[in-house]
Amino acid sequence: MNLEELNATATSERLARMKKRHHMYVCVGTACQALNSEQIAKALQAALKQSGQSSEVEVKCVGCPGLCSLGPLVEIESQINGQVAPGAAEDERRRSVLYQFVKPEDAGEIVAHLDGEPVKRLETPLNQPFFTRQTKIVLEHCGKIDPERIEDYIAVGGYQALLKVLTEMTPQQVIDEITRSGLRGRGGAGFPTGLKWGTVAKSDPSAYPTNVPEGIQSRKFVICNGDEGDPGAFMDRSVMEGDPHRILEGMAIAAYAVGANQGFIYVRAEYPLAVKRLRTAIRQAQRAGLLGSGIGGTAFSFNVDIRLGAGAFVCGEETALMASIEGGRGVPRPRPPFPAESGLWGCPTLINNVETLANVPPIILKGAAWFASIGTEKSKGTKVFALTGQVTNTGLIEVPMGISLREIVFDIGGGIPGGRQFKAVQTGGPSGGCIPAQFLDMPVDYESLAKVGSIMGSGGMIVMDDSTDMVEVARFFMEFCMDESCGKCIPCRAGTVQMYRILTKIQEGRATRRDIQILEELCDMVKHTSLCGLGQSAPNPVISTLRYFREEYERKVNGAQGSEVSVGSEEWGVGKLTAHSA
Amino acid sequence: MISTITKTMTSTPTAPGRPTGNGAVAATPSDRLAGDKRYKIIEATMRRYGYQGHGLIEALHSAQEAFGYLDDFTLKHISRTLHLPPSKVFGVATFYNLFTLKPQGAHTCVVCLGTACYIKGAREVLAAIEGEYDVKAGGTTRDSQLSLLTARCFGSCALAPVITFDGETIGKVTPTAVAQQIAQRLAAVQQAR
Ligand code: SF4
Ligand code: FES
Ligand code: FES
Repeated sequence: MNLEELNATATSERLARMKKRHHMYVCVGTACQALNSEQIAKALQAALKQSGQSSEVEVKCVGCPGLCSLGPLVEIESQINGQVAPGAAEDERRRSVLYQFVKPEDAGEIVAHLDGEPVKRLETPLNQPFFTRQTKIVLEHCGKIDPERIEDYIAVGGYQALLKVLTEMTPQQVIDEITRSGLRGRGGAGFPTGLKWGTVAKSDPSAYPTNVPEGIQSRKFVICNGDEGDPGAFMDRSVMEGDPHRILEGMAIAAYAVGANQGFIYVRAEYPLAVKRLRTAIRQAQRAGLLGSGIGGTAFSFNVDIRLGAGAFVCGEETALMASIEGGRGVPRPRPPFPAESGLWGCPTLINNVETLANVPPIILKGAAWFASIGTEKSKGTKVFALTGQVTNTGLIEVPMGISLREIVFDIGGGIPGGRQFKAVQTGGPSGGCIPAQFLDMPVDYESLAKVGSIMGSGGMIVMDDSTDMVEVARFFMEFCMDESCGKCIPCRAGTVQMYRILTKIQEGRATRRDIQILEELCDMVKHTSLCGLGQSAPNPVISTLRYFREEYERKVNGAQGSEVSVGSEEWGVGKLTAHSA
Repeated sequence: MISTITKTMTSTPTAPGRPTGNGAVAATPSDRLAGDKRYKIIEATMRRYGYQGHGLIEALHSAQEAFGYLDDFTLKHISRTLHLPPSKVFGVATFYNLFTLKPQGAHTCVVCLGTACYIKGAREVLAAIEGEYDVKAGGTTRDSQLSLLTARCFGSCALAPVITFDGETIGKVTPTAVAQQIAQRLAAVQQAR
């Protein structure tokens, strides 16, 4: 497809859409699908057929619109009957109603009320802060388009950015645009994306020995990291399931900028729906000539393959992920050389996470200045969070950087249910920390979160109320890191086990003050001597809970009957080890 | 993924290469490869990657999907076909959590222990199931009917705490009601048989 054909498809799709009086969007995201939302779509279609309205009403199965805790959700967009001012904008001619907790049995009633008053008992207001306080860039199409139809994506401007880049811009101009936008990696550490692209673009594939398998032509690679391992986070999943073409487009633009012809999407096998939708999207894009050789009639070729993870958290780490794509155990290796110079099969490799890549097409279309106008001085754009835990509205949100935690938890999230008190919010998963109430008014951006001992992470945000035991939270994350440590380096392999044992001891009331001291020493050692990010950040949940909720640790220790000599550490010689290194 | 595993398991109660009823051992390797269509599926996967080493994980995925677990014979077959040392194949198969070398029960219940579920009491849910079915997480009941597994996040955190039964997601479970919910489903599938 070239630009004209793309525009023609978009126009005819939009025209067809305007002919329908009503549009029904049924969420078939993971959470709603688990509640049988596909049956709702079928029931709605049946009810429409019965009332003879099939041709005027469109039923679309869409990705997650965000408010999963009220799911299954059905949104209905209708043309307003009667007078509309001539020249009114498209959205002034329409009104929307959102229905919550929909069951297939409700279909008849919903259809009967299409042209009249909405069904009161199912309606949930669309003007609640959950929706009005968000700014959607990455998620703008989730919940609006059918992720299994490329035409839907094209109708909302899809692949325009890719063709613009291929026909009007040089690779360097693309990199400059991304750099100017201030986009930073959304996978955790927040490395500037433009800088990363620039490094890969400059890297010479022959600088390091390579062993690319036969049949793969490219000598540079683009990898989309969809190995969302952080437990309690599902942002990337929603994008992959709700708007898969967006990721392909972002990857293709990145590939053009850095000079790669082959890309890989590394997805967790635990996300079968995401895998299926991505596969469909790749097939459709290839057929439309938007992936493959000679994209959009230009000389640029780019192919994308999917690789499945197999349940190893460490594979979120770049070098481990590449080892896994090569077919081996996902074990990290020391850096340098960095993947940007010598990555997959020794070739220069660009690794970006799903959300980062999904930000690319709008930046190209609307310009770096537009993107840079959102957010704060150093953190531009928006961030998607999976808001879960003890909060009224759980689900997926996208907010501008710099918004305060209070707004997220109390306005968008609707506060703490059950008359309880807010205690802390955990961000960054096993690599992050707990942020206590005193920082509720702090802006959410990379630097501020780091200052209070947490990280932005990939976007898990878990709200905890006053019933939460913080030592238990620390122990939970330590157990996770202990299980997921790949075992390559000793500080992480042995250190996480030791820390977990001490935390268990504290929980069981057998620990002494000395144990807390050893725990702190271990945190310090594991943090500074581990090989990869998993080990380096594993102590973070302990460090941050010790920093803000130390009295909880002390209360448990003071009540303990244990002797002053810490048996656990003597047994393993850890006491001595840290004493020497101190 | 899990649902496919279970489906395969229920349709093929005897795993490949097990001693047959009268004590005779299954046929020679080449017979076994020729006689079992499921090896064709694995073959197709390996061919897609040009029989090269980087297709190993995908090959293991399709093997596990076809057989429900990875047995010695299949691992060695993959190692031979891809020209990889068995140590590498076993190393990879044991490194990743999703691969299992043990046959599973007829039905699978997975309890999510991800953060969101944990905060909402997933541990108590797990304990309730363990108590009711007298099985530890990672194990299978003595009658081979139910395997109890744990996972880190299904991505349905909004419904926390979440479990799955044969791939069906059950959200907002409670320690008191969960055993009943599983029992109902077990009874339903057993009756359907
Ligand atoms: S820090 Fe942990 S996960 Fe990373 S290489 Fe070392 S042992 Fe493996
Ligand atoms: S999955 Fe339906 S609203 Fe999130
Ligand atoms: S933490 Fe249980 S589904 Fe995400």
